[in-house]
Amino acid sequence: MAQFEIKRLVPIEIFGIDASFTNSALWMLIGIFTVCVFTIFSMGGRAVVPGRFQSVAELGYEMVRDNVGDAGQKYFPFVFTLFMFVLASNMLGMLPYAFAVTSHIIVTLMLAGTVFIGVTVIGFVTHGVGFLKFFVPTGIPKVLVPLLVVIEVISYLTRPISLSVRLFANMVAGHTMLKVFASFVVSLGILGGWLPLGFMVAFTGLEIIIAFLQAYVFTILTCIYLNDALHMH
Amino acid sequence: MPQLDFSTYSPQIIWLVITFTALYFLMARVALPRIATVLEERRDRIANDLDEAERLKRDTDTAIANYEAALAEARARAHEIAQATREKLSGEIDAERTRVDDELAAKTAAAEDIINAARSRALAEIGKVANETAEAIVTALVGGRWTKANISAAVATAMKV
Repeated sequence: MAQFEIKRLVPIEIFGIDASFTNSALWMLIGIFTVCVFTIFSMGGRAVVPGRFQSVAELGYEMVRDNVGDAGQKYFPFVFTLFMFVLASNMLGMLPYAFAVTSHIIVTLMLAGTVFIGVTVIGFVTHGVGFLKFFVPTGIPKVLVPLLVVIEVISYLTRPISLSVRLFANMVAGHTMLKVFASFVVSLGILGGWLPLGFMVAFTGLEIIIAFLQAYVFTILTCIYLNDALHMH
Repeated sequence: MPQLDFSTYSPQIIWLVITFTALYFLMARVALPRIATVLEERRDRIANDLDEAERLKRDTDTAIANYEAALAEARARAHEIAQATREKLSGEIDAERTRVDDELAAKTAAAEDIINAARSRALAEIGKVANETAEAIVTALVGGRWTKANISAAVATAMKV
């Protein structure tokens, strides 16, 4: 579990609140720098025929834009930032000795909470009080309405939790699994260590896929919630 | 589990807000407009190229149509000229043939006249020769019992048969 340890690199305290520059903060900075490399510096040439890095930026742009939809274009920069931030954090976490920012529940909860609050505000701003109708399913017997409203509200309120825990748990589980098998390699030594080592190589590939997939899922769910708020189903 | 150490939450939240906000503004102000411009330029470029290709194709079609029209016209003119030449030549040939035919007819008529004259002359000569021959033969055979007139009449009768 040492890999998830928060280390205070530069202790800072503002108004009695601990704001130390930690290894987590360092990897957040590295993350946004990496994103900038891919999305800003790679577009420096503004080539009509894109190079590899520029293609990556354009692919990410088009993927997120298509998922956000036409109505949500106003929020596209936020969703794109979210996708890039999570993707960079997940991917950089795969580097040896790196710190996975998204393996901390507080980080994913903050991101999911921002999405949740933002989407709820957008819903009320777009539809006014009518947004509450979102919790009342149509076409059901009157008797069931109170029960279903309760279920709908609970499912709505658990969104930020499922969103944040899914990402956090995937990251923690993957990294822990790799750690466990790595310790098997050491304990089984030169004779028996090859099997867990082989497994680790394969599992690292899978983890890289998961790193992308979880960023994608996080973004897609954000888009779905956003569409719910904009169109009410 | 280090994730549940609440004392680490405030620095993480603060730095998350700082970095995420910074990234948001970098993306919204710099990166996304840049990517959008490039994508738009590419779309425009492709659309322009397609338009240009369409225009060139139209030009080519027009050129082909013009060429074919010119070719058809040239063919028609060639046909016309050939026809005219053929008609002119056949007219000349006809005229020449008529002229030659007339000339031949005239020469034939002249020759026939000469032949006819020669024949009638020859026929007249034949009567005289016959008379003289008959007279000589009769004189030799029977002496002077037949007069010249009798012999001439007999010869004329014989020649008429």
